[in-house]
Amino acid sequence: MPELMQFLLSGLTVGAVYALVALGFTIIYNASDVVNFAQGEFVMLGGMITVFAYGAGAPLPLAAAVAILTTVFVGVALNKLAIEPARGAPVVSLIIITIGASILIRGVTQIVFDKQIHRFPAFTGDAPIPFFGATLLPQSLWVVGGALTVFVGLYLFFTKTLTGKAVLATANNRLAAQLVGINTGWVMTLSFGLSAAIGALAGVLVTPITLTSYDVGIGLALKGFAAAMLGGMGNPKGALVGGLLLGVIEAMTAGYLSSQYKDAAAFVVILAVLFAMPQGLFGAKSTERV
Amino acid sequence: MKLGSKHTTLLVLAVIIIVAPFFFPSSYYFRVGSLIFINGLAVTGIVILTGYAGQVSLGHAGFAGIGAYACALAPVYLGVHPGLALIIGALLSGAIAFLVGRPILRLKGYYLGVASLGFGILVAMLLTNEAQITGGPDGIRVADLGIRGLLREMGFRVKGSELWYVLTGICLLIGAWLALNLHDSPTGRALRALHGSEVAARTVGVDVARLKLQAFVISAVFASVSGSLLALQNRFITPEVAGFLHSVEMVTMAVLGGVGSVLGAIFGAAILTTLPQVLTVFAEYEYAVLGLVMMLVMIFLRDGLLPSLAKLIKGREQ
Amino acid sequence: MSLLQVDGLGIEFGGLKAVDNVGFKVEPGEIVSVIGPNGAGKTTLFNMISGIYLPKAGRVTLAGQDVTGMEPHLLARLGLSRTFQNLQIFQHMSVLENVVAGFHLEESGNVLSDLFALPGSRKRARTVRAKAEVLLARVGLERAAGAEAGSLSYGALKRLEIARALALSPKILLLDEPAAGCNAVETEEIDELIAEVAKSGVAILLVEHDMKLVMRISNHIVVLDHGEKIAEGDPETVSRNPDVIAAYLGTAAAQESEHA
Repeated sequence: MPELMQFLLSGLTVGAVYALVALGFTIIYNASDVVNFAQGEFVMLGGMITVFAYGAGAPLPLAAAVAILTTVFVGVALNKLAIEPARGAPVVSLIIITIGASILIRGVTQIVFDKQIHRFPAFTGDAPIPFFGATLLPQSLWVVGGALTVFVGLYLFFTKTLTGKAVLATANNRLAAQLVGINTGWVMTLSFGLSAAIGALAGVLVTPITLTSYDVGIGLALKGFAAAMLGGMGNPKGALVGGLLLGVIEAMTAGYLSSQYKDAAAFVVILAVLFAMPQGLFGAKSTERV
Repeated sequence: MKLGSKHTTLLVLAVIIIVAPFFFPSSYYFRVGSLIFINGLAVTGIVILTGYAGQVSLGHAGFAGIGAYACALAPVYLGVHPGLALIIGALLSGAIAFLVGRPILRLKGYYLGVASLGFGILVAMLLTNEAQITGGPDGIRVADLGIRGLLREMGFRVKGSELWYVLTGICLLIGAWLALNLHDSPTGRALRALHGSEVAARTVGVDVARLKLQAFVISAVFASVSGSLLALQNRFITPEVAGFLHSVEMVTMAVLGGVGSVLGAIFGAAILTTLPQVLTVFAEYEYAVLGLVMMLVMIFLRDGLLPSLAKLIKGREQ
Repeated sequence: MSLLQVDGLGIEFGGLKAVDNVGFKVEPGEIVSVIGPNGAGKTTLFNMISGIYLPKAGRVTLAGQDVTGMEPHLLARLGLSRTFQNLQIFQHMSVLENVVAGFHLEESGNVLSDLFALPGSRKRARTVRAKAEVLLARVGLERAAGAEAGSLSYGALKRLEIARALALSPKILLLDEPAAGCNAVETEEIDELIAEVAKSGVAILLVEHDMKLVMRISNHIVVLDHGEKIAEGDPETVSRNPDVIAAYLGTAAAQESEHA
């Protein structure tokens, strides 16, 4: 049993990161119907910038803050310079734009920083905590705690604040939101900023465990994307559950079947879910209007 | 010049393929040329799937992988000629596309994208992990097609790069001819109809599921043959041929050039195949520039490079 | 046995009854209109009959065959054709090709034959093209044949959709607001076209807001309000029905006098 618990714990840690990436996807998707393939680069930027700010002598919390703010800036710029001008373009064009953005960000990172693998120390030490016969890294608690905090924070934001409700209204019906006086352009900016911040935070939290380099983004984006689909695109609860579930499935596959095929397991599950429930686990059923 | 017209397109392609070598300073350019033709063939398949039928696949490199490894493995394990292996690969890809496409194509937009992406990743992973058969991530040698030897016996001495330039050029022309035939045929019309309005297509009797599947299978065969040619030309192949980036590359080439027309998409293949060769001059700026080009074209030239250029020229004339 | 028979048809969206227990019949050559205020469920009814929505209750029978929930492309084979309230044109195709696409069942054949442009494929395409030109002339769009469909006026696109629907040689044609957004002259043209099609023996099921048009050409009228059938009969009877006047004609008459 300790083995199972160990796999579960590591699965939840990785799953929490997927959930954060998926949440980022969800926020942007809801506000703009765009699936942002550059979401993984936000995570990468969060980690990489923290590494270099910390290396330059900044204390870790300051380095993390710099990283998150810079990433937010990148996210907002992506929206202003690329997504807004391409409004109304077909899905395939939008896919290429965000994949292009992802390649661009990766390319620039590799020039500004380097191609090495980096890490910075865990926030509260590396002493493993015994947990039901398994062990848990303190940093894992940070990651899972961070994901849950973000989720609760988003929930409160979307249900309790006027701005949050404006975002939801825009997601629901853009034109109607405009008619009641919501500045949908601002909602888009906010969504990209928020999404970038969440991604960067995930990068800051997980880098002490998984390490980072300029090219970790695309893999994370695919997994986060898959998690969002698994849960049902556009549903924050789905993103959280989808992410955690995906992490656990991966960890179990790696533990009991084959570590080589852990990524395959994730996609097999997603294909199965999509076939059985084309809208994902929590996705709303939509009726075509003609 | 009307972009859609079948004979113009074929003529333009043929002329370019024949005339270009007169300007080649070295045999290296023949190699780049055949790479363009190989990519162009895959991209022509994407035109059928995405340009005609409006369906997005992010996993077509999976079929290129099947085609490529069929040429690497079938001669070893089945003892068949590499040329026959290409056909086996194409049939296998078509069959797999038929099986996978059925459930996948019920999905729309991004969902279809991620489902096909999942398929592509599974193929790439299989090729990487089953190392005892596929040679694993380091790749595997591919048998000689034997045409050069045959020509030598007949008394013709040709350089490998030149031979492949001609072979792949012919394959591209055949591929383009097929895609153009399809465009104006009843099937092509039904595909374009379901692209324009799926619900209206259904009401005029188009079996949407069946037609999407046909487009998926045809484009898979194109990708497969393209993968086979790549393997046979290089005499070596790695699992990267089936990777996510190769899938994205195919779609990007097609859409960048103009996915609505065969010529546009092949133009996109030419640009994106040569760009990295040019960009090696910029060394480490390569990625940044590539990403930037992808974004700029899609933002400012939404229909793709060639249609936008054509519009510009037309505008000047008037 | 009627050509089209609808019995107790109903559907819900999120617990809300959009159409409830609606039934009526259509005979060959007859023009039956479905009228009712906005949101009465007319288009939803059309979508159920034409197989786009799956009804929750009830039955649709076409020439004696139960076709409830049958896929639209199969209904097309049985001779049911339709147009759309919100235009569903095949963009990026020429006007003529839109109509040619309407002949799909007649022209489609083997995909391999199409790929290799075998003579059979080319011949089928050619035959159908000539027929499409005839149909275009019938709706008065022959001069626009080569134009990109998206470039046509709204009224012309409405007629294009009718031509496309006629390509199927339907037994029954469902027209969803064919005159919406058309001017008086265009409305009259469509009016004539519908009457002519009905005369050739095609049954017509019509949703239309232009009451003058409806009263002039319908043999039979079904009135919906809040998803339920509140009246049915010939134009004369229906226009005198107090429920109908309250639910629909009253508001329409008021609107009409405003416009005047």
